[in-house]
Parts: sequence; structure tokens; C-alpha cells
Amino acid sequence: MSAGSAYNDEKGGSSNTGEPEYGHDPASGGIFSSDYKRHDDLKEMLDSNKDSLKLEAMKRIVAMIARGKNASDLFPAVVKNVACKNIEVKKLVYVYLVRYAEEQQDLALLSISTFQRGLKDPNQLIRASALRVLSSIRVTIIVPIMMLAIKEAASDMSPYVRKTAAHAIPKLYSLDPDQKDQLIEVIEKLLADKTTLVAGSVVMAFEEVCPERIDLIHKNYRKLCNLLIDVEEWGQVVIINMLTRYARTQFLNPNHNESLLEESAEKAFYGSDEEETEEKDEKEEVAALAKRKPYVMDPDHRLLLRNTKPLLQSRNAAVVMAVAQLYFHLAPKAEVGVIAKAQVRLMRSHSEVQYVVLQNVATMSIKRRGMFEPYLKSFYIRSTDPTLIKVLKLEVLTNLANETNISTILREFQTYIKSMDKDFVAASIQAIGRCATNIGEVRDTCLNGLVQLLSNRDELVVAESVVVIKKLLQMQPAQHSDIIKHMAKLTDNIQVPMARASILWLIGEYCEHVPKIAPDVLRKMAKSFTNEEDIVKLQIINLAAKLYLTNSKQTKLLTQYVLNLAKYDQNYDIRDRARFIRQLIVPTEKSGVLSKYAKKLFLALKPAPVFESPFKDRDHFQLGSLSHLLNAKATGYQELPAWPGMAPDPSVRNVEVKEAVPEWTRCSSREKRKEKVEKPFYSDSEGESGPTESADSESELPSEMESGGGSESEEGGSGSGSEESDEGSESGKEKKKKPEKIKVRKTLPESAESEQSGEEEKSVRKRKERKASSESSSEEEEESSSESSSSESESEEESESEPETKKKKKISLSKPAPKLPKKEISLLDLDDFIPTPSPQVTPINNIVSNSLATDLQGLSLTDSALSPTMISPSFSSVKTYELLHRITGEGLAVEYCFSRQPYSLDPHMVAVQIQFSNNTDTEAKSLRIQEPKLMSGMRMQEFPEIEVLAPGETVTVVMGIDFCDSTQAANFQLCTQTRKFYVSIQPPVGELMMPVFMSENEFKKEQGHLMGMNEINEKLTMGEKCQSDHAIVQRVTSAANLSRVPCGSDREYRFAAKTVASGSLVLVTVVTKEGMAAQLTVNCEKMVIGTMLVKDILQALSQ
Amino acid sequence: MIHSLFLVNSSGDIFLEKHWKSVVSRSVCDYFFEAQERASEPENVAPVIPTPHHYLISVYRHKIFFVAVIQSEVPPLFVIEFLHRVVDTFQDYFGVCSEAAVKDNVVVVYELLEEMLDNGFPLATESNILKELIKPPTILRTVVNTITGSTNVGEQLPTGQLSVVPWRRTGVKYTNNEAYFDVVEEIDAIIDKSGSTVTAEIQGVVDASVKLTGMPDLTLSFVNPRLLDDVSFHPCVRFKRWEAERILSFIPPDGNFRLLSYHVSSQNLVAIPVYVKHSISFREGSSLGHFEITIGPKQTMGKAVEGVLVTSQMPKAVLNMNLTCTQGAYTFDPVTKMLSWDVGKINPQKLPSLKGSMSLQTGASKPDENPTINIQCKIQQLALSGLKVNRLDMYGEKYKPFKGIKYMTKAGKFQVRT
Repeated sequence: MSAGSAYNDEKGGSSNTGEPEYGHDPASGGIFSSDYKRHDDLKEMLDSNKDSLKLEAMKRIVAMIARGKNASDLFPAVVKNVACKNIEVKKLVYVYLVRYAEEQQDLALLSISTFQRGLKDPNQLIRASALRVLSSIRVTIIVPIMMLAIKEAASDMSPYVRKTAAHAIPKLYSLDPDQKDQLIEVIEKLLADKTTLVAGSVVMAFEEVCPERIDLIHKNYRKLCNLLIDVEEWGQVVIINMLTRYARTQFLNPNHNESLLEESAEKAFYGSDEEETEEKDEKEEVAALAKRKPYVMDPDHRLLLRNTKPLLQSRNAAVVMAVAQLYFHLAPKAEVGVIAKAQVRLMRSHSEVQYVVLQNVATMSIKRRGMFEPYLKSFYIRSTDPTLIKVLKLEVLTNLANETNISTILREFQTYIKSMDKDFVAASIQAIGRCATNIGEVRDTCLNGLVQLLSNRDELVVAESVVVIKKLLQMQPAQHSDIIKHMAKLTDNIQVPMARASILWLIGEYCEHVPKIAPDVLRKMAKSFTNEEDIVKLQIINLAAKLYLTNSKQTKLLTQYVLNLAKYDQNYDIRDRARFIRQLIVPTEKSGVLSKYAKKLFLALKPAPVFESPFKDRDHFQLGSLSHLLNAKATGYQELPAWPGMAPDPSVRNVEVKEAVPEWTRCSSREKRKEKVEKPFYSDSEGESGPTESADSESELPSEMESGGGSESEEGGSGSGSEESDEGSESGKEKKKKPEKIKVRKTLPESAESEQSGEEEKSVRKRKERKASSESSSEEEEESSSESSSSESESEEESESEPETKKKKKISLSKPAPKLPKKEISLLDLDDFIPTPSPQVTPINNIVSNSLATDLQGLSLTDSALSPTMISPSFSSVKTYELLHRITGEGLAVEYCFSRQPYSLDPHMVAVQIQFSNNTDTEAKSLRIQEPKLMSGMRMQEFPEIEVLAPGETVTVVMGIDFCDSTQAANFQLCTQTRKFYVSIQPPVGELMMPVFMSENEFKKEQGHLMGMNEINEKLTMGEKCQSDHAIVQRVTSAANLSRVPCGSDREYRFAAKTVASGSLVLVTVVTKEGMAAQLTVNCEKMVIGTMLVKDILQALSQ
Repeated sequence: MIHSLFLVNSSGDIFLEKHWKSVVSRSVCDYFFEAQERASEPENVAPVIPTPHHYLISVYRHKIFFVAVIQSEVPPLFVIEFLHRVVDTFQDYFGVCSEAAVKDNVVVVYELLEEMLDNGFPLATESNILKELIKPPTILRTVVNTITGSTNVGEQLPTGQLSVVPWRRTGVKYTNNEAYFDVVEEIDAIIDKSGSTVTAEIQGVVDASVKLTGMPDLTLSFVNPRLLDDVSFHPCVRFKRWEAERILSFIPPDGNFRLLSYHVSSQNLVAIPVYVKHSISFREGSSLGHFEITIGPKQTMGKAVEGVLVTSQMPKAVLNMNLTCTQGAYTFDPVTKMLSWDVGKINPQKLPSLKGSMSLQTGASKPDENPTINIQCKIQQLALSGLKVNRLDMYGEKYKPFKGIKYMTKAGKFQVRT
């Protein structure tokens, strides 16, 4: 039979669908074709030189594989076609090869050379596919070839090939674990890769090959955090899970205080109790001090939380779950709440997703009940839910029950009890029991409800109720003898062994409450003893024993009868029990001391049972993991490490860059600090890491202020007159630190001296801190979140600069005086180049922004539209605008932001920082500005032409525009060598000014000058999130480039600035009133600016 | 991660297997069959089943179990989500995802699975990329292929995988450029016996069908974006813009996709589109029960309620039902005890009702529960939450696209307890 006719036969048999049915097993098609013959057909077809025949044969073979039929004897015929021109044949051959290579190792080697050739192909996709198949062939002999191929591919130009290399790593590892060391090297190399395409795959390889090598992550941590949002969804899951583990080893527990409180509830760690505690036990002071140190979150920790949060909006349930577990395990308690909404959303998904999500919600709801309470109704059960889901929802509802919502929940439960699904009814009854134990107020109601169920027709329901009632009664038996009586009556009807046993136990345990009924029940039971189930028998013996001890007169004979019956029982447990009990209770001459205590033994007060959720303590497994779901360790599960007591050195995450860059400045300065820090002064906090130090240094600062100012009361009050307005709110902390402070003063007699010089340095330092704005926002967030005494009235301005200022100040203070100047220099030369113009605050300078750019260059984003996320860690308060979209710009993306730094070339110009990123794969040449179309009076200082921008590179330049204090847009052309783009920059009014420092009196004086037409008043209602002082200040300062002016009243906020072009003063006052109301006043000579500013600030505050 | 995949039909036959690592014997599915037997309904099979050496994670869709075999720790949702994505892809490719469709297209299925996972780790799950790699079978193409011997496998290399917008094919061309958006809202509610709402929430989606040439950059804005309480996006949506301006800005994938799904919380008052009057009673000792339900429109903003379907799972004791309906047709399956009444469109002047008697098992005691009534319905041209699209703008391309938007409200899990 020729190949062609076989083909036709086959077709004729199955062409009814209009297409050959490949799934159809050829063998079953006709009796004539035996196994050999059939394969002969296929072989012939494969050997033919017609691609269509080959394809047909391959399709049939693949269909066989799909059905699980063995096609291994075709291997030689198939493998020949590995180099076939037809792409589909080739793909199917690959499928076959990967499936059978393991079984036919020698023959598989024939194909290797094809792939090796493919690895050299100029087309990246062919290289990738060759590597993919090569690495999928599980033949030990080719391990060295694979290793070589992987190494080569890992340094391939194409990120796609590198991604494939990352995929190949776990394949090789599973084939030959001995290659681990070499593979780790490759992983290390790929981890450093900066493209989103590779990130997910290499982390997956990392997790499979060397999850214990957490040290490899350090250097890539920040990059991974920043890339995360652009990584494909599956990679995101893997990365987030890995970072959760990483964070657990590197950062401090943000909820440390909470757990401390839990541990020792009687000890109050906050507020005024503080002093008492300290007085009480001086001994523990040192230890407690370390613990009590206000927690400041590591900026990297914050970075992770911030960058994962948007992913809660992912469409992929696995990503959402991964973020949810990250927040659950890592976020401060106050922030965990955000994940609830997303998880509730997932519950709308397929039932399998629901099942997994509910398991996790059940665990979370035990620890953080408040989080899901608003969504209580989303967990209500529908009759159409599968039983698995119903039971889980019930679990969640039970966990969420508290005094306020119990009545609604119980009403729901009442509906559930009537359900047709009996398993579910039983679970509902148990849930009611748990609610009753947990919430005292409803215990009686629940009990009554359950007693009513005892008359239910369904025996299962009754039995379950009995069991639950038994447990409930144990908590307060005295008041419920009538229920016990009622239950005694049930013994006649209920047949379910567990229920019978429960009733008997109850009667025995509380026989003194039912003295008349108990012996009668025993009588009936004795009669039916032989027919009972084992657990019932045991309880009958128990009942007999207990009655014998309390009421031997009536029950002596009965007991003996029962024990005799039990003595000859078939079950050895029952025989044993009978023997044991007889010895104990029946006094004989031989029985010793024990029988004296029999009563104590049997009628001891038993503790009431605790209804525990099966999900309790499951959170020691990483949530969302398979192990958590199964509540058992799965193979390959990586334990979630406990929080470290002390944070490991955070500087390991620093990435070396040539210049100090905002993002890293902090760390480098921290390192510096550390070096200095290892001095006697710090002996008590030695070995502690940066963040902790920064924390205590901060809280110590007020003491310095005090010693300098002297006018401050110990209680702090409101820090009027001082620029540190947050002092007042820190007074609590201050108190805590008192003993330490004293120590400080002792060790530092020079502090006063340095304080004086400190005054002038302050401004210098302030400016310097500006540059470190990278951490500013994170810092302040951390502070507010970690501070138990929530309200911190730091102005944005200060908070931006303060933490660092304080630190540095402290450093300078802490140093012995002679060293001071030198140190100052070393601190200054780090980043200070521009001479300070008087008391004005000069924000970030050019150098820093440039260095930021160089830093950003390192991270080539595949989607530049998202690059603001990249910048955000360093300029979180700075908004980025798009100048030229990547698509309109044909790959060239341009963004700009107002860096709020003075433009060094012309003080009347606003500095605009422009970032170019080249997303094409060709160089962009000679980027420059042409034909500015400006309104009259406006001027523009162009940036120097950028000669070449290499593909994937990003560069940042600064240009100056004099907007003449108007918000008119500056239009110009952006030219490359080949194209011109019309673009425009329009400044928000808040960017047209720069902050001015003035005192309260000056402010009042200036305000006096600017009354009448120059004053604009507006009433507003604060937005919900705008409650705290901190938030108000932050909103205002982010809306406009203002600086905070100190103010005596704590309901008033003042800000000052002057316009860049004309230098007119802009004064802003916000007065908060009762409720959410507030009054906003803007005084400004330029009325247009004033009006627009009012609008902007209004919007910022009322959001 | 994912070792192998078995496709099992409801009668317990494995009709497709695929292995991404070493072959796992199909006997591993015996554990699954055991669980399947234990469960009364297919939905009750536990999604995760541990066996001595493997773990089985399964999803049940279109009467097929997709059983993934895994060997070590992996987030279960990861696998579940992936399996659902596989089903969606099959549906996308073959129109339906049935056993017959999979068997008919076994080669395409195999090619797809091969591309979707590499060594058990998802590789390409984006429909646009897959379609570039493997062309979906159409009748025309099948005919052409049989004649010319050309293939389903794309000749071009999948450049989409390398692009910065991996969800969009390159070189898209249409003569008619059109973009359609469907705002579909589903209302989930539980109504208690007395007709008051126990819980009600709205889940909505914006599905898009975008057929635009080139690389269009779209922005879609809503009149009242604040309504959206919780949202999840297609990866193409720029999250930053949404955060800042509440505008959906995106480069759309080519073809059909779900742009956005959202949630309008139960905190807001949700309008309930229909009400049900019911009187269902069983008498003690009698073998007859009384059954009557009437359904009527409630808050529909003047729009007609269509496609109404009432289903109810009757208690086991009900042997048969003898009913008359004023509209539509009803069926009662005496085996599954499922009553289903296809009402159609509700005429507010003449409310449809269904009444009659139920015959109960003689001797059996009166069932102590009343059945719950599930309602499905549709209201065209209305988004119940009041969400309205403001405008759709296109940047980046020169032509003028044809734009369309459609609203619809459906009853999701809408239950009335009786």
C-alpha cells in the first residue's frame, strides 16, 4: 500500500467534520492495518519528500502522543525530519523529540547538531527556539553542550534569547544537579540583567535552583522592585513571592510594637505610662529601650510595598494574591487593609479561584479581622455555591463575627440551617457554636436556637446540634439543667453514635444537676449496652462510674452490671476501660490510695473546650502557597523566615554608581554615618543598622534643640518659635528618650558649642538634604506610619529635609569638637558645590539630577510610559509630564518635570528637567530645540544639544524657561537629526515660585501689606485623607513650591514663596475648623497667580 | 512548575495528555477519579488534591476537567489562573471549548500548549502573540490547507514577543477602522423572604472589540469615574493615568479583549431590577403543595426586562409539578428536581406568573426548607450603576475610527430566598 492511498483511506474515514480528525487513532480505523503496518505507513510518509505528507504523518503521530499512545518506535523516522524546511513539520518534530528523547537517548543525539547550528543563527528567535528545544531534551550526555549553550545565550544581545537561557537553567538543573555551581554563576549574571523580559524568568530559575542564595538578590533588589510593574504577569508572581521571603530576612518587623503589646499586654509602652514603666524596672530598661525605639521603615522596604501596590489591580488572580500575601506578611498593620478589596473582587471569579482565595481570607481574617469586616456581605452564601465554597465562606463569616455584627450573621446562619445541603447545615451549626463561644452576649440565644434544632427531623442536624450544645454547656452548666434534661430525653430517639455519646457524657459530667434523671438514663443504657457503638459504650461506662461515685446507693448494681457486660466485650478498649474503672471506684482491700482520689479523678473540673478555627496559625505558611492551602509542607516549599531581630546591613543593596545619586545618596551617607557611628557615643546602639539609628537620632534631636533654645518646656507643648514644629507631637517620644538624652549630654559637653555653629550650617545642610530627597517621602511616610502617636505636624518641607538634617546634625554634634570642621567638609564636599544664597532654601541641584539620570540609564525600561514609577523613589513629590509620547516620537520618549531647583544660569528662570529615552534600536542623533514660540517677555535657555542617544539609553538635561509668572505654555520644536516634533511645556502655577524662609512675625507683616485686592479667601471642605497635619502640609507643598512658615496655633498652617520671575511674595494660610471645614487664604500681589493657586490648593486639599 | 496536563471528560476518560517535563504516568489521575467519585457534583471536586508524589490542581469548565500535575510548591492560583487562560485560549481559537473541539483540533491544541508553557513555566499566554504563532483554524483555511498543503503555523516569526506592547500584533491593517465597547454590568443579589435586599452588588466589565489599523493610542473617559470602587485592568491600561486623572489610556490589543472590570460596592444603594412575589407552601400530611410565583420589573429606569429565566432547585420530596404559566414555558425535571421557567420579556401591564400544585412523595414528611429562586434577566441600553462613557479619543493615527458603545445589565447571581 502506498503512502498516498493510506493517507486517502485515513481521510475518507474521518472527513465528515470537514477536516481530518487527527485525534482519531489510525489503528482503530481499520482491522486490516496491524500495528506494524500502520507505523510502516507513517514511516513511508515521513520518508517521502513531500512536505504535505510529512505534515500529515506528524499530525497523526502527535495525535497519538496526545492520546497517550506509544509512538516511540517511529523515533528514527521522525528525527530525520528535524531539519525540515516546513516550519510546522519542524515544530511537530520538536514536540515529538522532546517527548521521546529521554527514552531514545542515542538516537536523540542525531538531532543535536541541528540545534547547535540554530544557536548560531543571526535571527534571535531561531536562536531562542533552538536553545529551547535543546535544553528540553533530557539526555544526560549533552549536559556539557547545554551548559555551554546556556552560558553563551546568557550573554546574547537579544533579551529574548537571554530569557530563553533563564528558562533553560532549571531544565539543566533537574537533569544534572551537579551543575549547580556553574548555573548559579549564570543566574547571578542574568539577575543583573536590566530588561523586564528576563527578570521574571531568571527569578523563576533562581527559585528552582538556589532559593537559599538570598545574597544574590541584594544588588538587584531595587531594580527588581522598579521593574516589577512591567514584567509579564507570571513573572510578577514569582518575583513577588521571592521578594516576600527576601524582605523577611532583611527588614525589621513593622508591626513589632504591636506584637510586643500582644506579648505583654499589661505593660503599656506608650504615652504617659512610659515613665512609670521605666521607673518600675530600671533593669529591663536597656532591653526595653532597644525595643521601644520608634520603628522607621527601611526605604527599600517601603519601595517594595509601594511598587507592588498597583499590581492589586491586575487582572491576574495569582498576581493579586501574591501582592496580598506580600502585604499581609510585610506591611505595617495600618496598611494591610488595601488588599481586602482586591481579594473580595477575586471572589467573583471562577469557583476554583474563589476556593483558594477564601482559604487565604480565612487565615487572614483570624489575624486581621477588621480588614474584611466592611465586606461581610460579600461572604454571604448562595444556595448555588458548591459545598466547598459554602463551608469556607462560613468559616470566614465565623471569623468575622463580633459583638456588633453577630445579630446579622446569626440571622444569615438561620437561613443556612434550612438548606438542603446537609453537610453544609452541619457546618453551619458548628459555626453557630463557635460564634456562641467567642461572643458571650449571644451564647444564650445560640443555645436556645440549637435546642430548637434538637426537634429537627433530620438526624444529622440533631446530632450535630447535640455535639455543639455539649461543648457550649460545658462553659456554664449550672444555668442549663433544663437543657440537659431535654437532652436526656433525646437518648430514646437519637441514633447517631457521636450524639448519643455526647449526651451521656453531659449527663455524667453534670449528674448533680439532674440527680433524678441520670440513674434512669443509665438504666436504659445498661439495657441497650450490647447494641451500642463503641464510643457510646465507653461513655456508658464513664456515666456509670461517675454516678457510682456520686450516687452509689441507686446505681451500684447498675454500674456493676455495666462493668460486667463490658468485661466480656469484643473490643479490647472497652474491656480495658472496664477493668481500669472497676479498680478505681470499687473499693477492695487491695485497691490502694487511688480509689480515695477516684472522685477527684472523675469529677475534676474540666476546662471548657475552645472552638478553634482550622485556619488558626496557618499563617506560618506563606499565604497563597500550596503548603498553606494543604496545611502541610509541600515539596520544595521555602519557609517564610521569621523577622530578624536586627536589620542586616542595608548597604548591601547599594549599587555602585559613579556619582552619588539621590536614591542611593542616603545609603551612602548612611554608610558614612555608620563609620562615624562606631564611636563610643553610639555604643548602646552599636551594630544596629541605619534605619534604627536614624530613628533614635531623630528623637534625640529635640534635646539638642532644648539645650540650645532653653525656652522649651519639658512637656514640649507646641514648638512655637522653633522651626521644628513637630517637636510638640514628639514630646511623647522625647520623654521616652529622657534618660538617654541625659547620657548624651554628659558624653557630649561640646554639644552646645556645635549647636552654635550648627545654626549656620543648618541652612547648608538643609540644602544638602534636598538632594537626598529620594528618601524624603518614603521617610516621612514611614514615620507617620510607624509613629504610634500618629499626628506629626512636620511640614513637607521639613520632613523632606529634616530626617537627614537631624541625622547629620547629630553626627556633627556627636563628634568631638576639634574634628568638627573637617567632618563638615567631608559632609559638604559630598554634594555641595553652589554657594548658599542667604536663608533661602535651594532645592536639588543640577548635579544630582544629572546623576539621577545616569542612574536611570542603567535601568532600561521596555515601556517608558511607565518610567515615572522609576523616578518616583527619588522624586516622589515631583510630578512628571509627558512631552513626547513614545509612539508619536517614533520610539523617542521625552518627559519633563519641574525639579524645583533654582536654575543656575538665570535666577528668573524655572528649571525644567527633561528626560529623553530612546526606545528604538537605532541611535537618535543631535537632539536639540528649535524655533521656540514664546509669548512676549518669555525667555528660554535651551539645553546643550545631545549628540547621540544610544538605543535603550536615557539621558536627562535641564533647561530654563522664564515664564514671566504666567502659566502660558512655552512652545518649541524638538528636533532630532531626522524629525521635528512640536511640543509645549505648560507649567502648573505652583511651579512658578520658589520657597522663602520667613519667621512668623515677618509673615504677619508681609500679610498685612497684601490685603484687600491682593487677598483671596476661600472656604473648603477637606478631603477624607487630609485629616492629619502631615497630610495637609504635604498636599499643599506638593501642589506648589512653598515652604512652611512656623506658626503658633496648631490649627493654622502657613506657607511662603516668591515668584521666580518677578520675586513677588506669595503667602498661603490654611486654617482648619471644626469637622472637615477649613479656610484658605492666599495673599499675592499677582492676582492671577493668586487665583490659580487657590484653585490648585483647593483641589489638592479637597481630594 | 506545571509538569503535565490531563484533560478528563465528565465520564472520567483522559482524552488528552501533555507533558512538559519527564512523562508522568496517567495513573496519577486515579486519585483524581477517586475524588471525582466522592463528590456529588463536578463542582464539588476539590481544586487541589495531594497525592503521595504529586499534587493535582484542576479546574472544571465546559464539562471538562483540566488536571495539572505539579511536583513541588507553586502558588495554586498560579496554576488555576493559567489553566483558565488555557481554556480561554481554546475558546478563542475554536469558538467552543468542548471535548469534540479539542479532539478535532488536537494538533493545534498541542501546538498551543507547547507555546504556552516552557518547562512548565508560562511563556506566551497573550492571545495576540499566540495567534501570530499559530493561526486559528477557520473553515476557509482548513480547505485551503488541505489543497495547498500550507500550514496553520505562522510563517513569520513572532516578533510580538519582543515588542514593548506585547499584547498587540504588529502591522495590523483594516479597511474599516472600528472600536466597540460594551459596558456589561451584572448584579449579584440576595433577596430575603420578605423582599428586602440582604446584599446586592454590581460587577461590571468593559469589553472591547477594537479593529484599528496601526498603533492607535486610545483614551476612554467616564462621566462618573468615581462610581468605580475597585477596578482591574488589562495590562495595556496605563495605571498612572488612571490614578491621576481617572482616564483609561491604552494601546489596545487587536481584536476582542476585556479592558476593565470593576466593582460597585454594596455600600452604595443598588437598584434591584426585578421583584418576585412568591407563595410556596407544603402542608403537613398532604401530598400536595401550593406553588405560585409572579415576577415584575422594579427599578429598571424605564427599560424593558428581557430574557428572564427563573430556575429553582425543588426539595427532594417533590415528585412532580403541575403548573400553568401566563407567559413563556416551564419545565420540571423530576430527576434533578430542577424547575426552570423561561419567561422572556416582562410586560409591565401584564405580569407573568406561574402557579399550580406540587405532588409530594406520600408518607414523606413536609420538607422544612423552601427552595431559593434564581433569576436571570437582561436589560439592554442600561448600566444599572449609572456609569457612562464620556468620550473616546484616538491619538497616534490619522484616520477617523468608527466608535460605538453599548450598555447592558444582566442579573448575575440573583437569588430570592423563599
